[in-house]
Formats: sequence, C-alpha cells, structure tokens
Amino acid sequence: MQKQNNAVNKLHSEIMERSGQDFYNCIQCGKCTAGCPVLSAMDLHPREVLLYLQLGQEEKLLSSKTPWICASCFTCGARCIKNLDLSRIMEAIRVKILRPRGAACLSPGEIPKEQLEKLPQQALVSGFRKYTR
Amino acid sequence: MSYLYFPGCTLKDKAASAMEKTALMAAAELGLPLEEIDEWQCCGAVYPLTEDELITLVSPSRTIFAAKDRPVVTLCSACYHVLKRTRQRLAADKDARDKISSYLEEEYPGETPVLHYLELLRDELGWDALKEKVKMPLEGRRLAAYYGCMLLRPAEEMAFDNPERPRIMEDFLQALGAEVITFPFRTKCCGAYLAVTEKQVMEDASNNIVKMALEYGAEELTTSCPLCRYNLEQTPAVKEGKIKVSFFSEPLAEALNLEVQEVTN
Repeated sequence: MQKQNNAVNKLHSEIMERSGQDFYNCIQCGKCTAGCPVLSAMDLHPREVLLYLQLGQEEKLLSSKTPWICASCFTCGARCIKNLDLSRIMEAIRVKILRPRGAACLSPGEIPKEQLEKLPQQALVSGFRKYTR
Repeated sequence: MSYLYFPGCTLKDKAASAMEKTALMAAAELGLPLEEIDEWQCCGAVYPLTEDELITLVSPSRTIFAAKDRPVVTLCSACYHVLKRTRQRLAADKDARDKISSYLEEEYPGETPVLHYLELLRDELGWDALKEKVKMPLEGRRLAAYYGCMLLRPAEEMAFDNPERPRIMEDFLQALGAEVITFPFRTKCCGAYLAVTEKQVMEDASNNIVKMALEYGAEELTTSCPLCRYNLEQTPAVKEGKIKVSFFSEPLAEALNLEVQEVTN
C-alpha cells in the first residue's frame, strides 16, 4: 500500500512539474469543458482531469482516452479564469506514457495508404510528435 | 530592407505550394522582398508543452539563431506558432537558452522578431497602402476569415491579435475589396492532427465550422494553416462545392491581378 502511494505521489508531482501548472488553483468552474471542441469524443471531461488530479486519483488519467483526444487547441487555457494551461497537463500525461516506453501510440503502418498520401506533411509531423517519443 | 523567410515543410509540398507561390509573388509586387533562409529545418509543427523537454526546441532554435536579429517571416500558422513560442522561451528562460546555445555551439543572437506575413502587411505596408495596390477589388465576394488556433493562442505568448475577437484577417480581406463575413466559429479548432488518429473527431469539429460559415452566408473560407485547409476540405459542404477553402494569399494575388496560372492545388 505504501509503495503504491509513493508511486501515485510521484506521478502527481511529475504532472505538476512537467506541466508547470498548479492544478490546485482550479475552482471547477467548467469553462474548459464548455469550450472544448472535441469534448464529445472524451471519456473524461477536461474539468474532470483537473478534479482527479486534485483528489490524488491521477492514475485514472493514465487509462483515459482524453489526453489522446485533446488537439492542443489552447481554447481551455484561453478561457481559464485561473490562468491554468490544461493543454500542458494533457501533454504531461501523454509524455508520462510515451517516454518510458520509448514507443509509439501511432505507427506509419496504421495509417491507411490512401490517407497517408493525402495528408499534408504538417499533419504527419505533428501527429508523430504528439503520439511517439 | 529584405526579410528572412521561413517556409516550413508543408509549403514545399503540393498541399500548400499555392500559398507560397502566391505570397512570394505578392510580396515582390508590394515591395516586401522575402529571402528564404539557407538550409532551414522543419520547426516540428507543434511546440513542446512540458517544462523539461528541450530537444524538440533545438530545430526551431536553429532558425532563431540563424536569423541573428533579422525578422523572420512565416506564412504557415504552425511555423509561426512554434517559432514565436521558441523565440519567447529563449528570451525568457535563461537555463533553456544556455543549454540550447551550448548544444548548437553558437552564441544566442538576441531577440529575433518572428512575424506572420499578415503582420508584415499590416505593420510595414499598412491596410490603406495595400488597398491602393489592389487592381481587381474582390467586390461582391463573400469571404470569411478562419483563424483556427495556432495564430492566436496562447495569447500572452503569441501576441498576435485578440484571441477571442481577432480582426487582422478581416481587415486584410476588406482591404482587398471583399465583402467580409464574420462568423462565430472562426477561432474554433478544426481538429488539427486528429486527422491522423481520430478522423471522425476531426471531421465533426471541421463540419461544425464549415456549417456555421455557410449559415452566415460565406462562399469562401480563407486560412493560413495548411492543416486547417486540409481538414475543412474533408467536410461534405466543401466536397459538394457549397463553399471553398483558400489560403489567404490566393485572394491577395487575385486582387493584385498577378498571373498565377501555374499554381495547381
């Protein structure tokens, strides 16, 4: 139990340090969720991501689809009344999963050939930057 | 004075070569010569969002270092976003600056200005001067500006325009003589790189934007982001020809009456 707590605490501080965001400042107003353009595909709402961090239940975030659906559009950050940049927290969760694996959540073979030929370079460079390390 | 020009990966490809060709022709016509940076490297397309990630800042930093203190001009919204934020980070974060300088084995050259082409038009030329250069005003053309995310947010770092109520692209289209349509979703995200992994999510996001533009009576959406253009073009309304999507420099070249028939997109 102690070991598990230490691991969870480590994850908690890693997300805070890597994102540079003090999520305890969040007052759960929900403006981030209200403005999110890809909310319908998320299993946890942006506000809930902050809530689980405040509750010390950050392990729930590692199995959530939400950080992978986030398109880093920065709308949540633009509207946050406490100046939190949630896109940085989403990135800190993604890199937590990607860095140790040194592996990919996306490989070129997964992209259908027809789509691969049509996609602009910018889509491929940004996609591989976000989903691989 | 000539400006340094950073093209980025996508403008050298068929997906966005139309933006480069029309913008460079227009710049020459308007007396704003752009000189392509030697041996430039891809900016990385996205800015790294964790405090401890410096390695992906190296490539955009090379551009900032190479420019010395000359202004760097970009066309692509993503290049503008990454280079501008890198510039801001190098200026504000001594630790990051020293590590990158040491890696590149080069002295930090000072605060290189990063400009978007639209800023060059607004601040160096001016809208009135642009209006005077217009030979074929786009009268009666119902054009809407689509900004997307990368030009505007985060507002403190990008310092481009009001993040919720921008006007630079509307002022630009107005100078070209178009009937400017301002619609509510012009700063909403198109789905960006979800085009690669979550096609349906991207299509839903883009569809909302295009439907809103149509509802407000736009016949053409204009953007400076190649990925926005691609995503918006995957929607039924664009595929059915109800509305088209262009790069902002295409109506510019048209209004200046420049011969651009070699551009195929």
